[in-house]
Formats: sequence, structure tokens, C-alpha cells
Amino acid sequence: MKRSEGSTVGGVAPPEEPTKQRLSLRVNGAEKQLDVAPWTTLLDLLRETLDLTGTKKGCDHGQCGACTVLVDGQRINSCLTLAIMKDGCEVTTVEGLARGDALHPVQEAFIEQDAFQCGYCTPGQICSAVGMLAEGHARTDDDIREQMSGNLCRCGAYPHILAAIQQARRTSAKGEGT
Amino acid sequence: MNRFSYVRARDAREAVDVVSAHPTARFIGGGTNLLDLMKEHVTHPSHVVDITRLPLKGIEDTPDGGLRIGALVTNSEVAWNAEVKRRYPLLSKAILAGASPQLRNMATTGGNLLQRTRCYYFYDVGTPCNKREPGSGCGAKTGFNRIHAILGTSEQCIATHPSDMCVALAALEAVVRVTGKDGERAIPFADFHRLPGDTPQLDTNLKPDELITAVELPPEGFAAHSTYLKVRDRASYAFALVSVAAALTLDGGHVRSARVALGGVAHKPWRNPEAEALLTGKPATREHFQAVADALVRGAKGFGHNTFKIELAKRSVVRALEEAAGREGQP
Repeated sequence: MKRSEGSTVGGVAPPEEPTKQRLSLRVNGAEKQLDVAPWTTLLDLLRETLDLTGTKKGCDHGQCGACTVLVDGQRINSCLTLAIMKDGCEVTTVEGLARGDALHPVQEAFIEQDAFQCGYCTPGQICSAVGMLAEGHARTDDDIREQMSGNLCRCGAYPHILAAIQQARRTSAKGEGT
Repeated sequence: MNRFSYVRARDAREAVDVVSAHPTARFIGGGTNLLDLMKEHVTHPSHVVDITRLPLKGIEDTPDGGLRIGALVTNSEVAWNAEVKRRYPLLSKAILAGASPQLRNMATTGGNLLQRTRCYYFYDVGTPCNKREPGSGCGAKTGFNRIHAILGTSEQCIATHPSDMCVALAALEAVVRVTGKDGERAIPFADFHRLPGDTPQLDTNLKPDELITAVELPPEGFAAHSTYLKVRDRASYAFALVSVAAALTLDGGHVRSARVALGGVAHKPWRNPEAEALLTGKPATREHFQAVADALVRGAKGFGHNTFKIELAKRSVVRALEEAAGREGQP
């Protein structure tokens, strides 16, 4: 396979055969230099290359939210993201939310409110909730239901997920913050 | 996903150059639709041209008092932007009615215009589809067509355009700014998307090498009297069966001007200026709204599973106009 001479063209035709390209990411606070094939999704990179299997592959089509992570603080679907496009970005997964042994307030709230059953959607739910609280547009139960609609839970733990997020929201509103 | 070459464009010129040199190259912005289509083997580009580093991320006033939204501004940024909420609440509401927050954080303004239909047969490469494979046939017309079009359909295609944002942009009469090999041009929103006709593979009137750079909103935002009504199979995170962007200017209890755009019913946001003109100078009452609804949906044709949309569209238009008329400057 021919080696790419870089990611831009500048008058030169792109390589006939695609090949790996260099990617720099900061993942959960750690700098990573990686060579990735351009068709690698951020989800696959996290799970297969970086062994961060907390982020889950549910539908792999942006419909279920199990793959939700934070990129530069914003929640996105990592399954619909090409890793190479996030060169230079900061990625936070569920593994990166705690501070040492101290869980993130959203994680604490999920445990206290028993906001999961099988747990498969939970990392995505938690990352999505952290992103949503940072966005700052949700107050009421209905706001949260609407703004968490990108995260499905097939066990139907929604009432407890809602309670957990409300608990975390009130905790942060009291100034404990993130 | 197929193998492809990745190119990170440094400027719009470079992006256009790569795409014009390679007919199967694609621009990528948010990627929320393109990657999905690639995973389903509907689209297999030879080159993916990353435009996300281009300087198209601003929201700024235009000299005529309108607002210019850069093509790479995300759906979330537009929807929550203070000026958009104040001056164009219809647009904000329509965007927030679509997709999920994660997708809206990724999806761009330009990409929203270019998203492809969610017709099941278009997505299923095991079935014929004239849009995906011209000349192969249409599985939807005699198949399961609950989500399909009732207006402006052709023998070849009954797909709908899935966007909510575009329905609002149609009502607001936005202008799409593009750049390509032959230079820049401005496309009125009504001329941007097209009906399927004999070439359903073409969703828009963009030339293959053209890149959207911005969407411009005219000064009139109908902020006092507008609404977006979306009717769907679940309460959130679903495509519209029928949606209505309704916008009015009122003079006392009378209508000075009206705009009504329908989503979920055609290959493009559906408008009929003649139907809208029926309201001009008339009292803002249900009776007159009903006349607009009837005229707007005139000629609609169902295909079995979606025939309910004809009556649903009419009722939705009346309800949206009633809401818009009653709305007093609530952003």
C-alpha cells in the first residue's frame, strides 16, 4: 500500500490507495499519537485501539446514543464521527469523568437513584447527561426528557434516569459544579 | 464502510478542486448523514473532503438587516443563538424539533440542506430504488409507504426530504450562498431543492462541485407570529409525518402576509404562494386558514399507507396558523 504524503492536496492528486494518517488526541487527559485509517470511527478507535470499552456500540448509526462521548466538552455520537476529523481535540469518555476515586456527580446520582438495569446504555446516558447539564438548557422534567431523547434505554429505566439527572442538576446548581 | 482517501481542506478553493477532480468525492461536515449512508453501502465516496476547518462558522448581521449563518455552524449553535431565537424563533423551533442533541451538536447548517431522504427503500440496497440506482424501480410506491410523499411525486420517486430546518428556511425565504469552479452564486431557497421528476437521484440544484458557504435570512423573521408544528410517530427524535412552518404578519386582526411551508409531504419543503395569498387582507380566522390548507394540499395523492397524510396535513396547517396568529412575540 502506498504511503500518504499528508492530508492535504495543494495541487497534488490525493493518493490512489488510502492509508493510515497521523492523529493527535487528548483522551481523558492523556495525549495520544495514533496512526489511523481514515474510515476508523472515533467509537472504534476508543474501543479497539485504546481499549476504552466503556463507550458502547449499540446501533452504530446514531440512533441509540450508547456511543455518546464528549468532544471538546460537547456530547456527540462517536459512531458517526471519523476519528481523523477530530485531530487536536479533547475527548472525554465515561472512564474520564471521575476524579481519582471521586465519581462525577452524575455517576453518583445514577448509583443513588438506581438509574440502570442491564447497564449497556449507561455510559452513553451519563456522558449525554454531563453534556446536557453543561449546555444549560434543561430545568424541568420535560426539558430533560426532550434533551435526553438521543439516548435509548431498552430496559426502560427512564424514570430513574430522569431522577438521577435531576439530582445531579440540583447538586451542580447548588454550586458544587463540575 | 468503504475505503476512501481523506483530504483535510485548508480553504474552500481546495475543497472544490478535489471534489471537481473526483466525481465520487464527497464533502464532509458533521458527517451524521454521510457516514450513516456509507455504513449502509448506499454511498461509497472515493475521497472524503473534510471541510470542518474552513472559516464558515460565524453568525453575523447582513447589511440589509438580515442574518448570515455560516455553512459550518452547527444545528445546536443556530437553534440556541440569541439573535436567532429573538429574530427568527421559527428557525430555532424547527431545528430543535429535529434529530437528537448529540446529532444537532455535530450536524452543520450546510449539511442539513444536503441530507438525503430516509425512505426505507433508498436505504436498503437489496431493493430497487430510482434515487439510489436510476432506472432500477421504486419499492415504495407499492410497498410500505407510511412516511412517503403525497405532493409533487413522480412515477420514479415518492421520497420526502427529511429536514425540519429546511421547512423553516423555506417559509423564511432564505438564500443559499454557494461557491464552485464557476464562482459564487446565491440560490433562493425555493430553487435549492427539487422535485424528483425523471431524475430522482438529484435532490438539489447544486452543481456537483459546488460547496455551500452560508445561508442568509432576510430581515423579516415573523418573530411575533410564527410557529413550527411537527407531527410524528413518537414524542421526540423521529422524522415528521407532517410538519408545518407557519408565519404571519398581522394588522390588527387581519393578515398582511402569510407563509406556510410543509415538511414530510414532498421531495422538498412544500409551498404554494397562491394558497398563501388567499389570506392577504383577510381576518385571521379558522375559516380562512381552512381555505389555505385546502389550496395548499390540492392535488395531493396518497399511495395507501400514507393517504392519511392528506387530511393530517390540512388539519396541521389550520392548527399551525391558529397558533401563529395567537402568538405574541414569544421567542
